Amino acid sequence: MLEIKNIDVFYGDVQVIWDVSFEVKQGEVVALIGANGAGKSTTLKTISGILRPRRGEILFEGAPIHKFEAYKLIEMGIALCPEARRLFVEMTVEENLDMGSLKGEAKKQREKTKEMVFELFPRLKERRRQLAGTLSGGEQQMAAVGRGLMSLPKLLMFDEPSLGLAPILVREIFNVIKRIREEGTTVLIVEQNVKQTLAIADRAYVLESGKLVMQGTGGALLNDEHVKKAYLGV
Amino acid sequence: MTAVQIEVFLQTLIAGLLLGGLYALIGLGMTLIMGVMKIINLAHGELMMVAMYIAYWMFVLFHIDPYLSVFIATPLLFFLGVAIQKFLINPVLKVESILPENQVILTVGIGMVLASLATMFFKSDYRSTPVSYATDAFYLSDYWKSSPIELSVSVPWSISFVIAVLITAALWFFLAKTDTGKSIRATAQDLDAALLMGVNVKLMRVATFGIGAGLVGAAGCLFIPIYYLFPALGGQFTLIAFVITILGGLGSTVGAIIGGLILGVFESMTATYIGMGWAPVGRFVIFVACLIFLPGGVASLLRKKRFGK
Repeated sequence: MLEIKNIDVFYGDVQVIWDVSFEVKQGEVVALIGANGAGKSTTLKTISGILRPRRGEILFEGAPIHKFEAYKLIEMGIALCPEARRLFVEMTVEENLDMGSLKGEAKKQREKTKEMVFELFPRLKERRRQLAGTLSGGEQQMAAVGRGLMSLPKLLMFDEPSLGLAPILVREIFNVIKRIREEGTTVLIVEQNVKQTLAIADRAYVLESGKLVMQGTGGALLNDEHVKKAYLGV
Repeated sequence: MTAVQIEVFLQTLIAGLLLGGLYALIGLGMTLIMGVMKIINLAHGELMMVAMYIAYWMFVLFHIDPYLSVFIATPLLFFLGVAIQKFLINPVLKVESILPENQVILTVGIGMVLASLATMFFKSDYRSTPVSYATDAFYLSDYWKSSPIELSVSVPWSISFVIAVLITAALWFFLAKTDTGKSIRATAQDLDAALLMGVNVKLMRVATFGIGAGLVGAAGCLFIPIYYLFPALGGQFTLIAFVITILGGLGSTVGAIIGGLILGVFESMTATYIGMGWAPVGRFVIFVACLIFLPGGVASLLRKKRFGK
């Protein structure tokens, strides 16, 4: 479904991603793990078109999306729940959800999808008329996931969804991700919370200093000595 | 207070609110552009001057009432704004070595060119549109026979105010209820997030500059029946729009409306109680006072209320 082929990404003159290739198949949950500054978020930003690879290709269902304008990707079925949520804080929760469904089929199905999101997150229904900036961190994360779902994505990408959340909320977010996957959406997730991520991931890739150093199934990586030592602290 | 003093005070307040309504319209255009582009459009008053010349020539050549020219000048200014954004500002935005705060200088240049072109083509004569109802007024005693005090409201000022309110309401509806309006607000709040939602932010920038220019164009048509026109008038209104934008808190539309009303009333009070010539001084007193005591403008008070911080 998504193929990343040998991409190099730069910030100005500084190269941060070196020859990274990986793929996400239909229906999978794939995780990208690594330490701070390993290039995980940069990879997601490059897939979503905010950054451009200087070399290499990104194919989504065969289409070279690294050549497309960033705003066209959501209509193709790629949505990103960005790092730190990035809600429109001076808009209501409901307006934020509307923003997720601006185009095509998603717009036609807006009210139906909204009901589904409210069913998934009843808290959002209670707070639908509240400004997004007044929500708690957990509620903001729910709103961001809800906004991503509003576009009826084929591939939903999460950038650090557990960041800054209490452990009980972290578990809830991971449960929601599992549920999203069960309903047929493919998931690509970037996380520092390695243990819980690998537990729900079919496959995972490990990024270190902008290079892909390891890959395997979630279970295999959980038992890998290097992963254990570097990321699980055991 | 004696009846006369109350009369003068109320009369001044009404005049201030009517002026404030028009100011709000001027400020809204600048605020919208500020919100989305993060630059102050220092050609704002000059765009209004262009619209006033359109209304003026429509009146002189075709006897079209300036209020009807709103429907001519607003779309024309919209396209002028779109063209300025597309062909002048966008190419400069692409140059990374020009800091965003320096892009403002381009708008100063655009303003100068517009003012100089107007001087070349139309000379620096003062002009006005002598509409038949220019000196008509509504009197309180016509509607309430036994009124203890007498108040009057000028007909053209009232029409201008009502049209300004209608345009503001239409703008509110557009920004609050339509997907395009929401996309413009989203672009102003978080450009990258808007891009991720599928908003064509380049198009939104162009559209926003067009809408901002269209709004100030409408304001120009509302001003000409009650004001006069000369090529250098733009600078003064750019300053007014700037003061309103600061009073309102950069980028807040509700703030701009309140800021416009505050400035209108304040100027009107200064003119009545201190002297006609002091109105511009009042404008800058409130501007400096705002920077010292309420640097975030009206928007910071609204934000405190809405977010509790």
